[in-house]
Amino acid sequence: MLNVLAQTGPGEMLEGLKAIGAGLGYGLAAIGPGVGIGTVVGNAISSMARQPESAGMVRTTMFLGIAFTEALALIGFVVFILLLP
Amino acid sequence: MNVLALDFPPVSHLFEWPDMLFGGTAYAVNKTVLIYLAAVAITGAIFLLAGRKTGSLVPAGIQHVAESGVTFIEESVVMETIGEEGKKFVPFLTTMFFFILFSNIFEVVPGIQFPANSRMAVPITLALVVWVIYNFVGIKAQGLGGYLKNSLFPPGVPVALYLIVTPIELVSTFVVRPFSLAIRLWANMVAGHLLLVTFAVLTHTLWTSTYVGAVAPFAMLTLMTGFEILVSVLQAFIFTILTAVYIGGSLHPAH
Repeated sequence: MLNVLAQTGPGEMLEGLKAIGAGLGYGLAAIGPGVGIGTVVGNAISSMARQPESAGMVRTTMFLGIAFTEALALIGFVVFILLLP
Repeated sequence: MNVLALDFPPVSHLFEWPDMLFGGTAYAVNKTVLIYLAAVAITGAIFLLAGRKTGSLVPAGIQHVAESGVTFIEESVVMETIGEEGKKFVPFLTTMFFFILFSNIFEVVPGIQFPANSRMAVPITLALVVWVIYNFVGIKAQGLGGYLKNSLFPPGVPVALYLIVTPIELVSTFVVRPFSLAIRLWANMVAGHLLLVTFAVLTHTLWTSTYVGAVAPFAMLTLMTGFEILVSVLQAFIFTILTAVYIGGSLHPAH
């Protein structure tokens, strides 16, 4: 392993580290929004089940909540694209 | 790029198209521009055809499409977020919804298969238009001082906290909003396009080497195409409803 690392030039090492950073960064950025969207949709479904007559209003608000939560994951995705070698 | 021994095209090849007309000038026309022109033409055609004087009382065909689109925007976007006085924004929001929808939906149209909104130019322009509109509406409804006071100093916050709240509100209302609006649309389309390309390349490679192995990625490709239709509609809807929320927030300050 160390021999392989020693054979690579400095530029290749940098490319590899960039790729690792991009992958890890997107993965980390997806954790929070994943939990958040789950919470938003879960609560929306339980309130729709309790009060089916307010389903329209709840659905609109749910999409808003998803959109705001998802923005963080998308910023992580943008960083991923920017870091790609 | 070489991913898992697949010959995956570099990202720039998926999103940058060669010029077709007027190459080299600022008015160069490529595939993205053509898709946008088509989206404008389809949106215009639907509403011009539906608005003819000969329209019947019982809507059918294209008139039905246009009328249900307008009703949808009016009832589930404007009435839910702005209220009665938002009715004058219905034409703007409807046009924007259909324009974004048609430029997204080319992602799954066979032979074209490119979401025009995966290039940043038009999403950021639309977001800046929205930015100008909600600021203008806010200043017109509350006056410059009142609008700044309501958006920078939200009522009901302890005075000492304004040290933290005001800079955050300044950045989030006037800087981050248009960018997050544009990035949300753009990044969703980029992600969808990359997803479809990945499964298409996988299907092609496995088909040329093993035939049987292509079944699983092809099933996934079909599923994802359906999912991307949903995402195209949803992103157009979310862009429209967030615009309505921002306009509504400028019209009625938080109490």
